[in-house]
Amino acid sequence: MGAIPEATTAGPRPGSVPSPAPLRIGVLALQGSFALHAAVLRRLGIEAVEVRRAAALEGLDGLIIPGGESSTMLKFLVEENLFDPLVAFHRDGGALYGTCAGAILLARTVENPAQESLGVLDIEIQRNGYGRQLESHLGTCPCPALGEPDLPLVMIRGPVISDTGPRVEVLAEWRGQPAFVREGKVLATTFHPELTDDTRIHAYFLELAGEAREATAGKTGGTISR
Amino acid sequence: MSTEFRLKTGLADMLKGGAIMDVTNAEQARIAEDAGAVSVMALERVPADIRRDGGVARMSSPEKIREIIESVSIPVMAKVRIGHFVEAQILQEMGVDFVDESEVLTPADEENHIDKHAFEVPFVCGCRNLGEALRRIGEGAALIRTKGEAGSGNIVEAVRHLRQIGNELRRLTILTDDELMSASKELRAPYEIVRMVARDGRLPVPNFAAGGVATPADAALCMQLGAESVFVGSGIFKSTDPEQRAKAIVKAVTHYRDPAMLVEVSMGLGEPMRGLDIATMPEEELLQTRGN
Repeated sequence: MGAIPEATTAGPRPGSVPSPAPLRIGVLALQGSFALHAAVLRRLGIEAVEVRRAAALEGLDGLIIPGGESSTMLKFLVEENLFDPLVAFHRDGGALYGTCAGAILLARTVENPAQESLGVLDIEIQRNGYGRQLESHLGTCPCPALGEPDLPLVMIRGPVISDTGPRVEVLAEWRGQPAFVREGKVLATTFHPELTDDTRIHAYFLELAGEAREATAGKTGGTISR
Repeated sequence: MSTEFRLKTGLADMLKGGAIMDVTNAEQARIAEDAGAVSVMALERVPADIRRDGGVARMSSPEKIREIIESVSIPVMAKVRIGHFVEAQILQEMGVDFVDESEVLTPADEENHIDKHAFEVPFVCGCRNLGEALRRIGEGAALIRTKGEAGSGNIVEAVRHLRQIGNELRRLTILTDDELMSASKELRAPYEIVRMVARDGRLPVPNFAAGGVATPADAALCMQLGAESVFVGSGIFKSTDPEQRAKAIVKAVTHYRDPAMLVEVSMGLGEPMRGLDIATMPEEELLQTRGN
């Protein structure tokens, strides 16, 4: 699995190496580490769209929900009418990746304390699962799907995934709990790759977004945007 | 920057694009969290009351801090007096997520700030200009905020400090390498950090605004001037409708470049806190000149 999104090579464009006008990726920019995610995507050749309103989801192949405060972001999703459009984005085949607070928003069930969530990823997740800031920590963990070296982990008041459904693939574990998971076109990490120099998870996400674009293009008779 | 330091600035990164609100008890903390604050700042009195009542302003009591920590799920910050490293040790022991070494409280040391490298808990410090920011970063601050003029309800000083830092940052980037030692001397800031900032054109830690934010428009103004988040002190709980004003300021920080949203959130808020004209204030009443 290379750093270059394979799906972009399968499109109708000639040349078939990474396209200079490739995927349309958004970063939910309500609050949190959205600019850092956009910076990682820029290193991978993608100029991300900052999403603050539902209309900005139009035509996106993938969306990253960044780290930050999940309770703050949830208020915006509910009060500014983004909740249902995000669920619809997933249902229509858009790829999603949530880091930390983003993973909490994607989950089926949120605890400690319980709060509403999009329910597009079949996991149960505990907010602040390791405790307060003094328990924030660094580490590395193996991730066979992404090869060597091990993934660097930055856990900032991170959540803990306490249960995963049958269709959820665990791509990396930390302290015996899933830390990087995938279900279809939804990815989640309880840690923050956007705080490191390692771009492999974002590249992997771009592959999923490429597949998402291909699938929806097939459905709608060859057009690239949805 | 050490990898351990990344844990400290990492929490600041997660607070970007948000509002951090001063609270004095659990009830206010819950109002702030319900409004969408990314964090709350515990202190014994809001700055406007400190200004009014006078006396020595200290760290909030451990009971109050415990009560606030237990009442919300968002990170809790708390203020200590400049140079009062034992207050900071107490806050760290209690599990506070961020310590504000703040000019709003009465300084405990008129010469020295806390050695913030010695702590695991991250620190935020105020500044009025680039030199002050870089000295605090040299001491280990993981987050910088403008001082503004706390408890004044007047945004003019925060604007002055944001512009000053931006201006000095831009000037550093055009200097040649052999001019940086002299710049470091003028800024009274560590040479290595001056070099890093000149190379990157930005501070090595996030830069938030504080001091005098009273309206959603004030918050959006700070964001448009380059602040990455906004601290709101007396502005919330000294207004006539704290719940609505807190919500409106949270939304204004997110939609800071969207005038239509700013119109919407600025309506129906009741009266903002009454402001002070800083130009006519006696020098000794200014909080921003404490610590340098």
